[in-house]
Amino acid sequence: MASAATYTPIATYTVPSATATYTFTSIPQTYTDLVVIENGANTATGPNDNYLTFNGDSGTNYSRTLLYGNGTSALSGRGTSESFLYLAGYWTTSNATSVINIMNYSNTTTYKNVLAKDTNAGANAEFAVGLWRSTAAITSVLIGALAGSFAAGTTFTLYGIAAA
Amino acid sequence: MILPGILASGISGHLGGNFTSLQTVTVGSGGASAINFSSIPSTYTHLQIRAFATISGQRFGVNFNGDNGSTYTNHFIYGGGSGAVAGASVSTVGANTIGFTSTGTYYNATICDILDYSNPNKYKTWKSLNGYDANGSGYIFMHSGLWSNTSAITSISLQASEGTSGSFSQYSTFALYGVK
Repeated sequence: MASAATYTPIATYTVPSATATYTFTSIPQTYTDLVVIENGANTATGPNDNYLTFNGDSGTNYSRTLLYGNGTSALSGRGTSESFLYLAGYWTTSNATSVINIMNYSNTTTYKNVLAKDTNAGANAEFAVGLWRSTAAITSVLIGALAGSFAAGTTFTLYGIAAA
Repeated sequence: MILPGILASGISGHLGGNFTSLQTVTVGSGGASAINFSSIPSTYTHLQIRAFATISGQRFGVNFNGDNGSTYTNHFIYGGGSGAVAGASVSTVGANTIGFTSTGTYYNATICDILDYSNPNKYKTWKSLNGYDANGSGYIFMHSGLWSNTSAITSISLQASEGTSGSFSQYSTFALYGVK
């Protein structure tokens, strides 16, 4: 049985002043899955959706299915043929965290699948699955705020998980 | 009420030597009815399964230590794009659902945490975040599971025929990790 330590930090970025996007580039292809952890706030009251794009693709190749609770109800929603991957939403000026798992990101056989958890105690709790209809290996990940900007001090960390 | 299992896969402390790849299975061209992880060492605190799969059936289940008794229970909530639904599957025989899956081009992703798996004083619990999206259809699931047995988990079988007959398709991958 093979065993190897993994869950390796690849890169981290702390927003120095309000900004709407940040991109992890030159992502190594030596892992099986990627994990993006976003922790921080938006400059706008919102709630505001965060989004991802891969490899600079802004075509309508993204879709998602959501499950979330807003303090009153449990709800589900869907987006199809979108130009961004809206997975981790409802960021406000209060601190929030999004954990985004990008599965099998470097394989060139299948479309890419993403699982996300988003928690904002002031707004909602959310799970989401996303799809990027491309078989290309993911080499860059753009994180964006659909409205407002990421507040100074917001952190983005990229991890790699390698299967034995 | 705090549910530690719900938090497990989001903890960024799973780093370096604290998160270890133990076994990986990739399904070949003939498909596979089950994925088996055996001789699991007891030197970790938790286990995590990360799967990327398609299946010819509807859902796949988890079996521990070959136990085929009525010892498996879960509760779940899911969304299919238009409404949230909750349910339960109590005292099922031989396995219990870890996730629903897709077919064809659209792969399913699953991250399942099995908590305190080697502790001989507790029934074992697990939670699984699972889903697929097919650009207009798909589901996102959260399962909370119980195996009513105090034995340390030494083997895990992921069964493609849970509920309906089926098999895992080519290129499906299943990776088992140990978390300290």
